[in-house]
Amino acid sequence: MIPMEHYLIVSSIMFFVGVYGFITRKNLLAVLISIELILNSVEINFSVFNRYLYPEHMEGMFFSLFGIAISAAETAVAIAIIINVYRLANNIDVRHIDKLKH
Amino acid sequence: MGEIANMIVFYCMAAVIVISSILAVTSRRMLRAATFLLIVLICTAGLYLLLNYHFLAVVQLSVYAGGILILFIFAILLTSAKGDRTESQDTKRMVSGGLALVAGIGITVWATLKHKFLYGDNLTILGDQEINMKEIGNAMIGTGKYEYLLSFEALSVLLLTCAIGAILIARKR
Repeated sequence: MIPMEHYLIVSSIMFFVGVYGFITRKNLLAVLISIELILNSVEINFSVFNRYLYPEHMEGMFFSLFGIAISAAETAVAIAIIINVYRLANNIDVRHIDKLKH
Repeated sequence: MGEIANMIVFYCMAAVIVISSILAVTSRRMLRAATFLLIVLICTAGLYLLLNYHFLAVVQLSVYAGGILILFIFAILLTSAKGDRTESQDTKRMVSGGLALVAGIGITVWATLKHKFLYGDNLTILGDQEINMKEIGNAMIGTGKYEYLLSFEALSVLLLTCAIGAILIARKR
């Protein structure tokens, strides 16, 4: 049987790699990809805790399901904003977006 | 025998997840970063299958790998010219990000390994039985304890709002 800790180590590595990308990247879409990694690792954690510690319940699985749906909604709005920013400022580099309106 | 096969599959997928997530945040070409994100998401669906959450694996594949990735690829193609690379990262941010990475992984892995999780060899981890689809459906639209009709409906309103909002923000004026 695979130890539960190994799942948790994989997901924590994924989480902090996402944090690293969030700090270092300057392209808005790359920042969004880092956020997806972070959300994904949290969903792995929910389902692992559910399966190993409380296998007779389904709460962790439902949290993961709702988390997936919420991250889909978040991505749709974020990408709409990014496309609008590109249309206004002609690039999506976080250093160049320092005005709210031209 | 199946136990060993499970372990081999798990460690292969763990290695692929770690490597591809590092490449996804360091790759300078955005399309490659999106492709590595796709690999991470598919391997995550594989982890859900190993945990016997078949429905969750299917949702992960269809919503994340199918829907969100298409949005990402469209956005990347709309906002970058051909052969466009993002600019190189400055060392100061890389140092601070690397410190956050190492410190965060160190603290969480230490805490995880130090804590003793109490779980027995329960059958649902070892065996092949998945959660009954009927059970999932009943829990999702029930109103009792451990049932989720309210959050399900709130989520549907949220998705509708997001669709309207996205169209409103991104349309041409």
